[in-house]
Amino acid sequence: MHELSIASSIVETVTAEMLLRGLTSIGKVGLRIGALTNVDPEALRFGYETMVVDTPLAGSTLEIESLPVKAICRKCGHSFEAHDFIFICPNCESADNEVTQGQELDISYLEAE
Amino acid sequence: MTDRISIEKKVLSENDRLAGEIRALLQARKVVALNLVSSPGSGKTSLLEKTIGALSGTIRMALIAGDVQTENDANRLKRAGGKMVRPIVTGGACHLDAKMITRALGELDIEDIDLLFIENVGNLVCPASYDLGEDMKVVLISTTEGDDKPLKYPSMFRRSSAMVINKIDLMGFSDFDLAQVRRNALSINGNLNIFETSCRTGVGLDGWYDWLRRLIAAKRA
Repeated sequence: MHELSIASSIVETVTAEMLLRGLTSIGKVGLRIGALTNVDPEALRFGYETMVVDTPLAGSTLEIESLPVKAICRKCGHSFEAHDFIFICPNCESADNEVTQGQELDISYLEAE
Repeated sequence: MTDRISIEKKVLSENDRLAGEIRALLQARKVVALNLVSSPGSGKTSLLEKTIGALSGTIRMALIAGDVQTENDANRLKRAGGKMVRPIVTGGACHLDAKMITRALGELDIEDIDLLFIENVGNLVCPASYDLGEDMKVVLISTTEGDDKPLKYPSMFRRSSAMVINKIDLMGFSDFDLAQVRRNALSINGNLNIFETSCRTGVGLDGWYDWLRRLIAAKRA
């Protein structure tokens, strides 16, 4: 249950951004979360919404874009989606590959009210 | 009309920044740093006890032992002969983060060490997200667990560089299939170094020690 720690990091970052940009309230926080991060969106939403009560972020919600895991084969150069986290190249069956998507845990945007 | 402001920030940027500082500090001192992760009870502390016993004559080691509660693991490592051991009691948190490591390193004299072990909280989910500035993660699994664990916790096995299959002496007392666990793990991470060990009987530990020696030699080169 590290979603609370993650939510707390989001609150810190968003609070700093609001201060920097002179925003007094916020509507939505856009996130991009890769499937390799083990972050459960519902637990994260719950943690965030609980945490922002009585803060300048109160009432804001998370808009989460979930990203599947993708990799590129080091042997044949084929790009593929790692369904069920199986990292075997469907083209040449090599297990030597590099993750190109799925490790994101990013705040992509804020939407003011 | 809503106003969308693009910010593009990593949620864990502060943790990553601290982890980068730790990595730079350890690199400058040519210290190999390994982050040990596993479910509770796979044998992280036992593996470290054995490693201290076998290598502390030739390799200078520091150990950071994380637990949700109690300093039991750190005390075991001290009893095993660990000279530089720092406990981290997270008080509930399910993982170690870079800030905790920075603090613990401040209390250790790392000037003259070769190897730093960080024993993470027993948990195969949360510690995967937190870079601690280590060179590599080492994931442990034991033969009393399910051989499908790599498939259930793919992120941790993907992010690890080595896998230690421990309690190999108990094979036959469970349905754990060694070939299957290797296949499962390698389908997630084809570059895993795999060790089969028993911390009770000592089987397979020499291969683990050799690997550690090679990491240290490569760091110094």
